[in-house]
Amino acid sequence: MHGRTHPLLVAFASVVFFFLLGPLVIIIGASLSDSSFLTFPPRGLTLHWYQNIFDISAFKRTMVTSFSLAVGGTALSMLIGIPAAYALARHRVDLPKFLGNVYVLPILIPEIVLGFSLMKSLATGLGLPITLSLLIGHALLVLPYCVRVVGASLNSFDFSIEEAAVSLGCPRWRAFFTVVLPNIRAGIIAGFILAFITSLNDVSVSIFLTGPGVSTLPIQLLAHMEQFFDPTIASVSVLLMGVTVAVMAVVERTLGLTFLTK
Amino acid sequence: MSPRLRAWALSAPALLLVLLFLGLPVLSTLATTFGDPKGPFSQYAAFFNSRFRMTVLWRTMEVAVITTVISVFLGFITAWVVARAPARAKSLLIIAAVFPLLTGVVVRSFAWLVILGKNGILNDFLLWSGLIAEPLSMLYTEGAVIVAMVYLFVPLMVLTLVGVLEGIPQDLTEAAASLGATPAATFRQVILPMAVPGLIVGAVLVFTGSFTSYATPQLLGGERQMMMGTFLYQRAMVTFDWVGASTIAAVMVVVTLSTVLVMTRIARRLNPVAG
Repeated sequence: MHGRTHPLLVAFASVVFFFLLGPLVIIIGASLSDSSFLTFPPRGLTLHWYQNIFDISAFKRTMVTSFSLAVGGTALSMLIGIPAAYALARHRVDLPKFLGNVYVLPILIPEIVLGFSLMKSLATGLGLPITLSLLIGHALLVLPYCVRVVGASLNSFDFSIEEAAVSLGCPRWRAFFTVVLPNIRAGIIAGFILAFITSLNDVSVSIFLTGPGVSTLPIQLLAHMEQFFDPTIASVSVLLMGVTVAVMAVVERTLGLTFLTK
Repeated sequence: MSPRLRAWALSAPALLLVLLFLGLPVLSTLATTFGDPKGPFSQYAAFFNSRFRMTVLWRTMEVAVITTVISVFLGFITAWVVARAPARAKSLLIIAAVFPLLTGVVVRSFAWLVILGKNGILNDFLLWSGLIAEPLSMLYTEGAVIVAMVYLFVPLMVLTLVGVLEGIPQDLTEAAASLGATPAATFRQVILPMAVPGLIVGAVLVFTGSFTSYATPQLLGGERQMMMGTFLYQRAMVTFDWVGASTIAAVMVVVTLSTVLVMTRIARRLNPVAG
């Protein structure tokens, strides 16, 4: 069955994959170039630009902000998203049908509209500190991933196991922690990691909620790009690609990357 | 605790997060657009009568539609090849599509700055090959934005369609072929009808994604190729015209939500499996 795809189609797909991966290879090359402006192929090699990331305090600071925000926002979102996903799967008949769609609203509403609205209501309207507004914004942004990936895991969970524990006298909360949670671990890890990368890469919500002193890495990258055009941006990009590779490894080991094609 | 009460109690925190921090703020954004003393719709009248704002809207539409068409075309063929590849190659190809998808939009747009810039790789190559004598200015054009957007969305299209195309049983295409259908007829009469719902879902994702994007038009289009996302940001944060920005936001919400609603309804109706 495999040999039958027309060679022209295979050639076409190869060109598409070259188009998809080529630009990323170019960034890696540019990050190693020893000239002070972006070039590819690099003339001489240096790791200077990687050193430079840690010499520019704005990058160091926003990197810490971005990582803490991604971990904090996702943790918060999971904390409220797991019970919501559980209720949807376990109590399907007790809840209105549209409820599942409510949790998907953060991807349905244009992100930039969400960012602008949060800036007006939270940061300016309520006068919340920037970090808190950012945390709420990111928790909201990743909620659909948490609810849906954990939900996919719960849908293949056999709730009669939980019922068995309860009918044998196990309290409900304990049955949840000792029976349900271990069984949906893969979904939680995969959901966490997808949410994490979404938050880490976010621009449209963060751009409205960053202010003097507090910024995230992608926003700092955008700002840096508008002023300088040196290979430091390329080296930060390569660092972020490294995070992507780590994320993919985790998803592959939990749900499998083919999960993303479903 | 009754099951119903427990279900609501478990749902409450997530529900409150969405209603309080998405529902209310977005509704208040929409509400401010109707508060003009000259009449509730005067903001919209101003929007649709302004040549500049309409140019931005049409440009955004155009970029989103072209991006969607190209992404569907590239994505469909690529997904077809991936879906039919042997298991080992298939998982490698899926990795190759997921990797750019999970890499941030800033990084991926930046790559095109390096490629299309005045001293960029493409100009270097064209000058070296003697095809051009002067470097071309490719940045800050609609074409640059479209190329980068296609780059952004093809992986999404491929991954959406691989799942759909894998679901088409090989038996069906073989049966069509053994009954004398040409490959073109098999494609048109068997594969395409079964793939259409998935194609529509993918196309909606690409269209709404490019219609509302910010970072890519900002980096590759700049002020010259203002699109709805960059326009909203500029109104809100540069000129501090919040009512104007809210009107842009409202137009974006209406366009994206109506596209999603209409297209998913069409997809459901066309689904041969659901009848």
